[in-house]
Amino acid sequence: MAYIDYYKTLGIPKTATEKEIKDAYRKLARKYHPDLNPDNKEAESKFKEINEANEVLSNPENRKKYDKYGENWKHGEEFEKAQKQRQQQSQYSGQGGFSGQQGFSGEDYSDFFESMFGAGGRRTSGRSHSPKFKGQDYHAELHLDLKDVYTTQKQVLTVNDKKIRLTIPAGVENEQLIKIKGNGGEGYNGGPNGDLYIKFIISNQTYFKREGNNLYKDVDLDLYTSILGGEILVDTFDGKVKLKVQPETKNHTKVKLKGKGFPVYKKEGEFGDLILTYQVKIPTNLSAKEKELFQELKKLRHHD
Amino acid sequence: MIEAHFISAKTICTQYGIEISFVHELVEFGLITLEFQEEEAFIHQDQIGDLEKILRLQQDLNLNLEAIDVIFNLLRKEKALKEELAILRNRLKLYE
Repeated sequence: MAYIDYYKTLGIPKTATEKEIKDAYRKLARKYHPDLNPDNKEAESKFKEINEANEVLSNPENRKKYDKYGENWKHGEEFEKAQKQRQQQSQYSGQGGFSGQQGFSGEDYSDFFESMFGAGGRRTSGRSHSPKFKGQDYHAELHLDLKDVYTTQKQVLTVNDKKIRLTIPAGVENEQLIKIKGNGGEGYNGGPNGDLYIKFIISNQTYFKREGNNLYKDVDLDLYTSILGGEILVDTFDGKVKLKVQPETKNHTKVKLKGKGFPVYKKEGEFGDLILTYQVKIPTNLSAKEKELFQELKKLRHHD
Repeated sequence: MIEAHFISAKTICTQYGIEISFVHELVEFGLITLEFQEEEAFIHQDQIGDLEKILRLQQDLNLNLEAIDVIFNLLRKEKALKEELAILRNRLKLYE
């Protein structure tokens, strides 16, 4: 467990006044507040750090303890004992610690903080502790392959020990966010449950490239078929199709196969297109005979 | 039906320790909307998240309602831009 320099966290000197601490905290909170930085884990963790620093430094008793024992936090317990003794001696019946916090769990504090101040060190100064009513919203990521989202599928997810049956419609997009109402944390005092937000992260291990509902693929075409035309067998996402190649097909010619693309999200039976780009392959390692024939072709072309 | 998705404004006020006048102020700012049934005001449960966010911003950052309104508008714009960015990023994969 490492020592945390709370003054450094707030960017203030050790001699800072209460007002300077408050101002520094507010300035940083405006920058890193989670409500102003949705889906930003870095800002969230930074906010926790500055909140913790503020919890300690804006509380005179905690600050005193931190200034005295901070770097030697292991001696914090001895300090506590000495404090208790002093309180007993003076028969002071003050309240030890502070009332429990709401909406800001112990997990939000570092081990260093917990070790020095324990649960009693937390109070309600920094982050607001407005009573909660709606349950917490959960955010989860679901990693799938492009192949998985070609068809509608049912999955059972376990979120916070709760099993959730989920139907993933075919054609879901990479980074698409869906909201599952009421599947977040339980509401408080009869309040509504939070929602579950699932972000789909779709990786693509196939030879197809996807843009929306359309799929794209390069297809190699030998020189002779490109010149003379013919039939080729092409892979689509759900099987092979036979394709007629027109004579004198140029390199990079695009062919659209209607309805052979990706399923349209939430529109059953509708598909995008598959766009093929021909890549004409020039033969290599020609034999003497082949070279001779090509020379002949060349001559014929020059005579035209 | 109103009971299933709407929560009485009175319950909300008790729960969050706020005055009904504050709720009306939020309505005036266009930050939340109220539904009325037999003269009783209700808030749709989908707006509870926004209400909690407003309270947090007010208490944590000492912001007034004008500032919160500006923030909500900017967050909406940010969300739209993020969605556009995701679409463009997916399109960019075509050329990678």
